[in-house]
Amino acid sequence: MNVIDLTKTPLREVNQRLQSLSADSNERLWKLTNLHGEHACAVGLTQPIEVHVDGHIGYYCAGMNQEATVVVHGQCGMGVAENMMSGEVRVKGNASSAAGATGQGGLLVIEGDAGTRCGISMKGIDIVVGGSVGAMSGFMAQSGSLVVCGDAGSSLGDSIYEARLYVQGKVESLGSDCVEKQMTPHHLAKLERLLKKAGIDADPKKFKRYGSARKLYNFHVDNASSY
Amino acid sequence: MSAPTNTPFYTPPRFSATFDQHSIAEIQRAAATGIYDIRGAGTKRRVPHFDDLLFLGASISRYPLEGYREKCGTNVVLGTRFAKKPIELKIPVTIAGMSFGALSGPAKEALGRGATAMGTSTTTGDGGMTPEERGHSQILVYQYLPSRYGMNPNDLRKADAIEVVVGQGAKPGGGGMLLGQKISDRVAKMRNLPKGIDQRSACRHPDWTGPDDLTIKIQELREITNWEKPIYVKVGATRPYYDTALAVKSGADVVVLDGMQGGTAATQDVFIEHVGLPILAAIRPAVKALQDLDMHRKVQLIVSGGIRNGADVAKALALGADAVAIGTAALIALGDNDPKWEEEYKKLGTTAGAYDDWHEGRDPAGITTQDPELAARLDPVKAGHRLANYLAVLTMEAQIIARACGKSHLHNLEPEDLVALTVESAAMAGVPLAGTSWIPGQGGGY
Repeated sequence: MNVIDLTKTPLREVNQRLQSLSADSNERLWKLTNLHGEHACAVGLTQPIEVHVDGHIGYYCAGMNQEATVVVHGQCGMGVAENMMSGEVRVKGNASSAAGATGQGGLLVIEGDAGTRCGISMKGIDIVVGGSVGAMSGFMAQSGSLVVCGDAGSSLGDSIYEARLYVQGKVESLGSDCVEKQMTPHHLAKLERLLKKAGIDADPKKFKRYGSARKLYNFHVDNASSY
Repeated sequence: MSAPTNTPFYTPPRFSATFDQHSIAEIQRAAATGIYDIRGAGTKRRVPHFDDLLFLGASISRYPLEGYREKCGTNVVLGTRFAKKPIELKIPVTIAGMSFGALSGPAKEALGRGATAMGTSTTTGDGGMTPEERGHSQILVYQYLPSRYGMNPNDLRKADAIEVVVGQGAKPGGGGMLLGQKISDRVAKMRNLPKGIDQRSACRHPDWTGPDDLTIKIQELREITNWEKPIYVKVGATRPYYDTALAVKSGADVVVLDGMQGGTAATQDVFIEHVGLPILAAIRPAVKALQDLDMHRKVQLIVSGGIRNGADVAKALALGADAVAIGTAALIALGDNDPKWEEEYKKLGTTAGAYDDWHEGRDPAGITTQDPELAARLDPVKAGHRLANYLAVLTMEAQIIARACGKSHLHNLEPEDLVALTVESAAMAGVPLAGTSWIPGQGGGY
């Protein structure tokens, strides 16, 4: 394992080293220490390497990730794994707002809680949250799945498109055009696979599924009060 | 008043200045439909503009340059503050962001061809980067928008610069809308949404709020792109002094300032006409912010909204901008609103010169459409050539004025070269009312 101490190596150099690894590099396992809440850590990675972030981290950790596995052993600031394309990002602690925002692929696992707007505008990413999520989660979510093992804050799935939301606990309120949907065997199987992949121990049968009523897909004046 | 009966004296029908024909028609339309009007383009009302300014030219105390003999530079370098790879444009006129989706594939290709022929840049839009526009644009600016439609790090790295879009002049504070009829299979796939639905583009970025967050967002974009790309921040003209100062504080290399004359693909008419500032009112406060921070010419300023001719270019630069961007004018150069399609414009209830239903996807000129038959009407090679011609004329016209003012580079134009024809434009541009030494509004704040 390559260990980099960020009190000795500047973040710019760390990111550059991780980003410039070639496809055939055998330096596959990395550990970053003494981070002190750095922002934009381990962003823009493109190779299937494994990076352990040892401590709390600032905004946009693992942003735009491709192929890499990034594990944060601590809490995360805003926008962890924002616009992730592929790979896996795992947060052992809690994550702040906009976790997985606009993510297009890959798997984001937050073992603790996530703040507001988790999965905002998500575009294909799968997000599994071991705890609860804050208000406006799944706002304008386009595709992918958001699994919440705890509770969801107010206005869940507001203005949602085709993303699938699964919540085990209470939902404070649903946002515009978001409704509870039938949990079909197909969805149950998908949820089970996702929980298993995320390594989260939960019974898929206890979850409810939410998605778009598709009533606001084309603007109509009769729906103006919904906006 | 009543019609004449048996007297030769009567009051003829009198229209109200307040309830004019347009206002009455809008009330009637609203009453009939129950919905506001959506259209493309920028404000259509008369606002103080560059036409209200004049150059003084040389005289006994100013020495002109020979029109066709002496050099007048036009190049501009953007991104000198932090980017490892600043971009150099041969002319200070760039093509503003317009999306594939709002525009057809051939139209985007034509913009790339025209701009590249003149050594300047084009800009993507909401919906991501297409291989066609990357292929045909030597210098391509990649917009980073609230919707993040089609946003991916591979394209980010392929771009020559990144433009973080906070807002635009036609609708500061508003998101976008691409109506279902323009959502083809390809557009739907690029945006990861079902075909045929109205696509709303968010008005706020999903993962940052305010200038402190923007600072970190810009840091992230730089980290992902190895600090190579110039990073622009684009704002609609609303509070230009503070927005410019905050963009600089956030780490921008370039500030893009778009006035209310700047076009949109689709927005409510009431929004276009009643929110934001004309570009004339926005340039000096933005330049003042740069000067106050000792960043003028270090952070470059691109202004847009209603640039039509070389005089507009010269005036924008004289007020302190480093470059201008064109959108509506570029579409007209490609063939938008061409009278040769008049019969078809009539069928759409409009006429050449007034067509603005760009959101409907039925553009007779094949520019603001995704209909393959209509799009095929635009020859991207010929249209690109027309755009290159137009850009060349803009540049030459600006040079003619600059030489007459004794300037060996367009950037040497300055407010001292200008006067204003109206009190309003004098106050907005911060130049004297013609024939006086009076600059109204001095001493006020922003």
